[in-house]
Amino acid sequence: MGKKNILSLLILAGVILALPLGLGNSYYLNVLVFVGIYSLITIGLSLLMGYTGQISLGHAAFFGLGAYTSGVLSTKFGVSPWLALLAAIFVTGGIAFLIGAPALKLKGHYLAMATLAFGYIVFIVFNQASSLTSGPSGFGQIPRFRLGNFLLRSDVHYYYLVWTLVIVVLLVSLNIIHSRVGRALRSIHEGELTANIMGVNTAKYKIQVFVLSAVYASLAGSLYAHFITFLNPTPFGFHFSIVLVAMVAVGGMASVWGAMIGAALLTLLPEYLRAFQDYDILIYGSILLVIMMFLPQGLFAGILGLIKKER
Amino acid sequence: MDSILQIEKLKKKFGGVVAVDGVDFEVNPHQIKAIIGPNGAGKTTIFNLISRIYPPTSGTIRFKQHKINELKPYVIAKKGISRTFQNVQVFENMSVLENVMVGRHCRTRSEIFAAIMNLKRTRDEEKRIHDYSLEMLSFVGLETKKNETASNLTFQQQKLLEFARALATEPDLLLLDEPAAGLSVPEADEMAQFVYRIREIGITILLVEHDMGLVMEVSDEVIVLDSGQVIAEGTPREVQNDKAVIAVYLGERETENANHTKS
Repeated sequence: MGKKNILSLLILAGVILALPLGLGNSYYLNVLVFVGIYSLITIGLSLLMGYTGQISLGHAAFFGLGAYTSGVLSTKFGVSPWLALLAAIFVTGGIAFLIGAPALKLKGHYLAMATLAFGYIVFIVFNQASSLTSGPSGFGQIPRFRLGNFLLRSDVHYYYLVWTLVIVVLLVSLNIIHSRVGRALRSIHEGELTANIMGVNTAKYKIQVFVLSAVYASLAGSLYAHFITFLNPTPFGFHFSIVLVAMVAVGGMASVWGAMIGAALLTLLPEYLRAFQDYDILIYGSILLVIMMFLPQGLFAGILGLIKKER
Repeated sequence: MDSILQIEKLKKKFGGVVAVDGVDFEVNPHQIKAIIGPNGAGKTTIFNLISRIYPPTSGTIRFKQHKINELKPYVIAKKGISRTFQNVQVFENMSVLENVMVGRHCRTRSEIFAAIMNLKRTRDEEKRIHDYSLEMLSFVGLETKKNETASNLTFQQQKLLEFARALATEPDLLLLDEPAAGLSVPEADEMAQFVYRIREIGITILLVEHDMGLVMEVSDEVIVLDSGQVIAEGTPREVQNDKAVIAVYLGERETENANHTKS
């Protein structure tokens, strides 16, 4: 990992520490918790899509699997939230492995369709397995996290918990990117067959990165469940999978920083656009359209490119 | 002396087309052997069968006495066979140095958990990958371009980059698919020099080439292929004087040549 990334991480950590002081315990802090949760997913998606070139239209399902495993275990079986979070990671990672092993043999649109179908199946299970999930109406009273005897109850507490984990996940991801494995992932994106002939076990790395991105999504799901304390299937449907891909595309796929920027923009934008009332969707769509037209590499790479040109 | 590569009764059908039709030949260690033949003779298909881009319909490929035609391409690379491509296949959006570093993958070990923990041995290995790759870049004379994006290189430079990437895998056998194709005459001469230098470091070379000048200059032995079959094999001089070969290259197919026995 280069000096630039370490510096960026330090700046991010500083901003994260300072932000609540400026915002107080306001509504925006709550929104920032969501930005953090979604960033966890988009960082994984950026590894999968931006670096390795494998598309997924089913990541809302992994987010949901994390949330539901965590929620069900802690609420209906009395497992502690931390243990439930860990269990969710193993369950989701295991399912990702079982799905990924056959699905990742497919390429391009076919992989997109397979992951889309998987997402849909999971969504149906959330709705139908009512004995566990309470069906479409959902269930509440999911316990919150505790640190020793200290109960995390306010938005500030969750803000610090979520963003600490974002930093950890960023660090892990940047270490992977700047390693032999990260190089292998990019070579798969550039030319899978050539990479294989040059000695890269492409199937293995594709599954690894798919499982890793699912684990990130699961972690995000658990945080979501123990933050909102209520779960129903709606947030984990096909629509959210698309929103996640849009976040990664708008921010810039080929960079974990871009993925975070995308998550932030697409979470904050609708909040700001509320002022326009009925026209908010129209403006939201137009902004995304303009970004993708003029900065097809996404905001991060696009703006970085503009700055370099100015110099 | 045991041969390094043995091809036996190799056959490949694509639908109804027989691209390679019962080919037998051997490559001896430290040899430069060339496969020539008109377009569609099955030269590149043989390369693609050796590096297992597709499986043979029948026949066997042995490398260092072990059958390799069931193995995955990345395992074949690890066994010691590398190659270049007719229409260059560099990783375009990666830097020149990173391209070569990918070639080093099969000789190094750090996996995902070691990468996440950023262990000392991982960092040390990364340094070794970097240094070795830089050495290979110097070998082909591209060390000054190391930070350039690969797609910005000229065609000849991309071909040299493929050499460096292939060499980084430490192959015992290197398959060169038309190293001179698309190059000017002086550039092709330079390529010939590289082929010699690669042999000097102890690597066996099997090459497919259209450029007769290059083939006759560098090869110890030549195999001539036509319609998926070997029609002649021998030293460049022997092959050049072979009647069947002359017929194929001049496009004449008189009855006496059609009946010509294999030399």
